Amino acid sequence: MKPEELEVKAAAELAKQQAMEVRLVCCSSTGCQSSGAADIVARLKADLAAKGLEGKVQVGGTGCMGLCSKGPLVRMTSKAHEDILFSEMTPDLATRLVDEVIAPIAGGEKLDDPVGALGAHVVDLHAAFFAMQERVVLSNNGHADPEKLADYLVHGGYQGLRKALSMSAEEICQEVLASGLRGRGGAGYPTGLKWDFARRMQSDVKYVICNGDEGDPGAFMDRSVLEGDPHAVLEGMMIAARAMNATNGVFYIRAEYPLAVDRIEKAIRQARQAGLVGRNILNSGWSFDFDVRLGAGAFVCGEETALIASVEGKRGTPRPRPPFPSVKGLWDKPSCVNNVETLANVPRILLKGAEWFAAKGTEKSKGTKVFALTGKIAHNGLVEVPMGITIREIVETIGGGTGTDRKVKGVQTGGPSGGMIPESQFDTPISYEHLQQLGSMMGSGGLIVIDDHDSVVELARFYLDFCVDESCGKCAPCRIGGTQMLHLLDKIVAGDGTEEDIANIRMIAQAMQKGSLCALGQTAPNPVLSALKHFSSEFTERLKKPVAAEA
Amino acid sequence: MSEDSVVEDIESEVEEAPEDEIIVLAQKWKRKRGSLIMALHELQGRLGYVPRESAMKLGREMGVPLANIYEVLTFYNYFKLESPGKYIISVCTGTACHIKGSPKLLHGIEDELGIKEGESTPDGEYHLQGVRCLGCCGLAPLASVNGKVYGKQDVTNAHGLLEQVGHDQPMHVAAEAADAE
Repeated sequence: MKPEELEVKAAAELAKQQAMEVRLVCCSSTGCQSSGAADIVARLKADLAAKGLEGKVQVGGTGCMGLCSKGPLVRMTSKAHEDILFSEMTPDLATRLVDEVIAPIAGGEKLDDPVGALGAHVVDLHAAFFAMQERVVLSNNGHADPEKLADYLVHGGYQGLRKALSMSAEEICQEVLASGLRGRGGAGYPTGLKWDFARRMQSDVKYVICNGDEGDPGAFMDRSVLEGDPHAVLEGMMIAARAMNATNGVFYIRAEYPLAVDRIEKAIRQARQAGLVGRNILNSGWSFDFDVRLGAGAFVCGEETALIASVEGKRGTPRPRPPFPSVKGLWDKPSCVNNVETLANVPRILLKGAEWFAAKGTEKSKGTKVFALTGKIAHNGLVEVPMGITIREIVETIGGGTGTDRKVKGVQTGGPSGGMIPESQFDTPISYEHLQQLGSMMGSGGLIVIDDHDSVVELARFYLDFCVDESCGKCAPCRIGGTQMLHLLDKIVAGDGTEEDIANIRMIAQAMQKGSLCALGQTAPNPVLSALKHFSSEFTERLKKPVAAEA
Repeated sequence: MSEDSVVEDIESEVEEAPEDEIIVLAQKWKRKRGSLIMALHELQGRLGYVPRESAMKLGREMGVPLANIYEVLTFYNYFKLESPGKYIISVCTGTACHIKGSPKLLHGIEDELGIKEGESTPDGEYHLQGVRCLGCCGLAPLASVNGKVYGKQDVTNAHGLLEQVGHDQPMHVAAEAADAE
């Protein structure tokens, strides 16, 4: 494909869409699929065909629109009316939608009340849940069909790559560095810097690896991005490859996410057919292609050296760093492992410029962050917010609080590696630094709300149990320390704990933080320590009551 | 991977399908460096688990020692060494589901089926397992049966989940038959 053809294809697709009186997009991600999205699409298509409206109404899929608990969601775009989002759709409601709303609109009518009898299913797109969000990574969700390359092109797809092809590797690294983009997997290392290290390495073969091993239980940001906008991740990886002169790309995706794997494989095939992947990409003379590798259920494989071992087909155990993967990674070649969300930001940065991106967020944490908002919260789902927004705004304004008569007690960020943040600290802005100061971390973006009926001690135990189970066993601090700490917590949960046990927990935690080989062991004590820091009374209340001396 | 040509399409490598599918599978993957996990995924995808004989055969065909294969199989949670039964019920035990009461749901199903997590019913119909996170946290608490997700479950009604699957009959019949014996 020649570069100019990108615009031609995009224009053709756009003209096709604009010729439609009505466009309906139904969420096609795992969440809405399991609520029955496929049945809704089938019914809409059948009913429209029966009325002979296929030429006037387009029905398609789209990425996650956020309100997963209210799925299946259908968004209606028409010339005559503002966009309308319908929630909790059923096939029968789809029929009524066609009969009472779509057919008249497609016939050229402007309805006084376009939602008609479906009013109870309409979600207000101006409500705080949407209004407070800022969508960069998720900008195509709700608009473009993830299974159609042409749809991605309509929304500026592969224009970032096109721009990158006209820049030197160093210029791309500088641009990304200037944007302030930091790794969205949790650690927050500046992406441009990471790329630049890999760029400086001399090697005939270099790898860019996409870490799609979203192991944090209670988090689904990366799944949503892979499923909802696969081409954006592909494009981001190719730009990363140009920035460090990499020769091969590898997707490493959880096997538990079959739809995400499917979408990525499909996107690769489409891009290859269109000449966007493979030989002589966009007539530039540059060649690049992808491999897809599946994870197999090991949390530790989110750690980059363990991930690399797994891509090599071995047990996913980490190894000491240095040497860092940028020096010696996959098959001992310089490699760069990037998180899904990080990569999905990249095409937008190239297209709109580093300044545009750097204008969002705080001084040190730029851009936006996608969070999976779950637990005891009214609006369960996926949100993207600018960095610097407070936790309170996310939980109370966007999330709508608990939605019950119970009070919010706190949130857990960063999953098993993060920590608990009490409600009293909710005015803290979201940034890498602020969350760390609270004893938690950004993590990949899980945000789990607990209410006053939930026990912090038991939640801490839940996370530690997870880490102990997922410890690969290679290094002693993590393997032995985790197990011993879990025994002590079990004792406390059972009501047999003593002050000495709490002191021992702190001691073991320190040993694990300092002595563990990788981040799994180093961060495993975080949920327990932060719970002790912010909710110490819950622990002491559970301790064994001293037996009163008999008179 | 590095010795493969950059734009090679893996499907095109297998020209003609020999009779035995493990041989086909081994041929497909053995030229790709480090593809043992992918080959095991494909094997399990076909058989539902990785039987010892198949692992041995795969090892011979791919030139990988059996020890290496078991090293991988036993490390990763995803691989199963025993037949999981006809219906695999996976109860999500991720944090969002945990907070919404998934342990209760899991125990309820254990009682209904008369087995523990990780076990199969004696008739081979059901296998019950807890899984880390299915990534549908907005629908917590949830379970999946043979890959299909059932969201927003009533944790006090394990029987309800089995009814939704539409296959609650056999296990009761099986249980009664076992009692009668």
